[in-house]
Amino acid sequence: MSEVIHAGHHDDHDHGPAKGLTRWLFTTNHKDIGTLYLWFSFAMLLVGGLLALVIRTELFQPGLQFIQPEFFNQMTTNHGLIMVFGAIMPAFVGLANWLIPMQVGAPDMALPRMNNLSFWILPFAFGMMISTLFMEGGGPNFGWTFYAPLSTTYAPPSVTYFIFAVHLMGASSIMGSINIIATILNMRAPGMTLMKMPMFVWTWLITAYLLIAVMPVLAGAVTMMLFDIHFDTSFFNAAGGGDPVMFQHIFWFFGHPEVYIMILPAFGIVSHIIPTFARKQLFGYDSMVYAVASIAFLSFIVWAHHMFTVGMPLAGQLFFMYSTMLIAVPTGVKVFNWIATMWRGSMTFETPMLFAIAFVVLFTMGGFSGLMLAITPADYQYHDTYFVVAHFHYVLVPGALFSIIAAVYFWFPKWTGKMYDETLGKIHFWLSFIGVNVTFFPQHFSGLAGMPRRIPDYALQFADFNMISSVGAFIFGFSQLFFLYVIIKSIRSGTPAEGRSWEGVKGLEWTLPSPAPYHSFTYPPEVTEADAR
Amino acid sequence: MASSSQTEHSVYYVPASGWYPVFLAFGLMVTVTGLASWLNVNKTGGATDWSQTIVGTIIVIAVLYSWFAKVVAENAQGLNNAMLNKSYVWGMGWFIFSEVMFFAAFFGALFYVRALVVPWLGGDGAKGITGDYLWPEFQAAWPVVTNPDAAIFSNPGQSMAAPEVSVAAMSNWGAYLPFWNTVILLSSSFTVHWAHHAIKHADRFKLIMWLSITCALGVLFVFLQGLEYVHAYRDLGLTLNSGIYGSTFFLLTGFHGFHVTMGTFILIVQLFRAIKGHFTANDCFGFEAASWYWHFVDVVWVGLFIFVYIF
Repeated sequence: MSEVIHAGHHDDHDHGPAKGLTRWLFTTNHKDIGTLYLWFSFAMLLVGGLLALVIRTELFQPGLQFIQPEFFNQMTTNHGLIMVFGAIMPAFVGLANWLIPMQVGAPDMALPRMNNLSFWILPFAFGMMISTLFMEGGGPNFGWTFYAPLSTTYAPPSVTYFIFAVHLMGASSIMGSINIIATILNMRAPGMTLMKMPMFVWTWLITAYLLIAVMPVLAGAVTMMLFDIHFDTSFFNAAGGGDPVMFQHIFWFFGHPEVYIMILPAFGIVSHIIPTFARKQLFGYDSMVYAVASIAFLSFIVWAHHMFTVGMPLAGQLFFMYSTMLIAVPTGVKVFNWIATMWRGSMTFETPMLFAIAFVVLFTMGGFSGLMLAITPADYQYHDTYFVVAHFHYVLVPGALFSIIAAVYFWFPKWTGKMYDETLGKIHFWLSFIGVNVTFFPQHFSGLAGMPRRIPDYALQFADFNMISSVGAFIFGFSQLFFLYVIIKSIRSGTPAEGRSWEGVKGLEWTLPSPAPYHSFTYPPEVTEADAR
Repeated sequence: MASSSQTEHSVYYVPASGWYPVFLAFGLMVTVTGLASWLNVNKTGGATDWSQTIVGTIIVIAVLYSWFAKVVAENAQGLNNAMLNKSYVWGMGWFIFSEVMFFAAFFGALFYVRALVVPWLGGDGAKGITGDYLWPEFQAAWPVVTNPDAAIFSNPGQSMAAPEVSVAAMSNWGAYLPFWNTVILLSSSFTVHWAHHAIKHADRFKLIMWLSITCALGVLFVFLQGLEYVHAYRDLGLTLNSGIYGSTFFLLTGFHGFHVTMGTFILIVQLFRAIKGHFTANDCFGFEAASWYWHFVDVVWVGLFIFVYIF
């Protein structure tokens, strides 16, 4: 019996990766799963980006040139859903998989098989969702927020597949989050107290909590939709005593924490990169932690600022306006701390740092336009215009997406053992930076002038801004193909990287060789003050 | 110090690669696409076909069976160290929290409808103008027995509300199924606790006895809930199509009933494991997780009984 245990034990710890396709299908290794998540999210970024380019092509000029309004609606809907659930979220989970076990000194994620399940649900779920585009009656066409009754009474039949796809994605997110929380709370190396954890770990701990709290609520919302559509219930139908506005409340109770789910890990990433290239400690670590926790708390009590114009009682509008504005305080603390970290640092501007600085500047702009939208009376003007589109693309593209790209460049040497090509990286940055601003900055103006979102055609007065925006979108879209080229080229022929790939970089992951060994910390490392964070 | 005290057994067990997850994901996809196609065909009145859903469900059950059997076997081999067991504790705890939030969505809908929507539709409150414009004759009340548009959502005027709390109405409570279901489920929380107590005192006979009683109470609960649904549909004409009262009533009690069914099933698995002698005072997490889940469905029921049936 004891031999059995012994043999079984060695089987499980001393092997490197399996060969061939089964390595990826059957893996329980956090690094493999992280890689799967990252490549999957990149594929989804390209698919979602393709849909965005269809949208921008149609909007290049006023009038209907290429596609019908019905198809345009499917494009905006699926672009949003794919980018939110397929590109941004899985990319952060991939980063969490790769980094958290190394950063807390753990052998792997806490529940490795469930980790694999969380990933493999996603290709099936997105296969289902994308297949709806080819179904009779077309794919989801009701916007990524799928408001009832557009998504119930007036929805195409494919909505049933969409609902189950959302259920699967939710299950994947919940399991992924449970895994991350269990890893962080249970598997830190001795000596790594909560307040010594790296910021990325902190932000993911709080993000995972948000996910577990709100993904089930989304599941509840789509379940009510399913019953309204197929079993004649009346949750979102006033004729039966329900209320379509109730859908919006339930959706945004999920949706607002969701938008922080897409930005908190970005805060963590930037809080690693800026100190490294400013060669200073992160300014105000404790206040960074408390700020993230405050943002997470506030995210639960601000949801109805997405619905100021639907006809809420005045008291509700005022409450949600003030609570929303409160979020500017902890967010301001974070922006202040990043700038204070750079203050008088001996800064260098490698690609990850460029993306991180662009993040701070452009995310702050997105934050400010959000503050404008939070003002209820002003929102009556801005609501459902391109100003909103500009706002959330500023926080999601140069916000969340830039941080993900920054993270890829920053940890690339640790993952692959190769250095990326700095010149190509910088070219990628400048193309992206210019592309993103050319795309989204003019949308502020067309929005303030009253151009509504989610329309395939528009008044002549918006023609110039739309043309600029479309040009920017193509620059940005193709610069992400260039990103793919940079990554593949660097993997194949990059110069070998050192274990501590950046000068003076902190964190347990940098104590490992590059590339990090298949199993990193079978025995927990000693956590020294210098390596903690 | 830390490294010198490391023995083989305190290494965190990371399983080698395995086929379960990807097959489970595949099975789930087969199941839900089968279900979606069934629903869509059913809606258009075509010939429906369960076969794909059944195949998918069989895959899911087969994978779950092998997966859990493997985990149980690994534990029996002594591969799980204390830290891994703690991961299971965290995992189950946060899973239950996610379930709490799932029910919160439906309770939230119930409270929002009762506190705001129905009064507004009846012409009261800040947005009472809604009702004045849409259905001026609609009278707000809970349970909503006459819907704003009674032609689309028909409710013959009945609800499952509890009898009055008075001495005169005592006899009505005796015939009130939800009352007995409350008694059954609350008792089962005690019996499952006594079963746990028996594990801690290494009394396998008592463990099997109390666990069997718990499972029986679970089955009885689901059976009575089924009777109540039959009563609602057949005698009262209260259906999913009865407007917001029927919607909230059936989805809240239905999802709860589904969770009780799952919980009973999980407890039956634990009963088989208890009969096989898997549990010891220090190693009984499978049982404990099942019992937490059971206490959770019990607490949800108390919420249901108060907010759906009584008030």
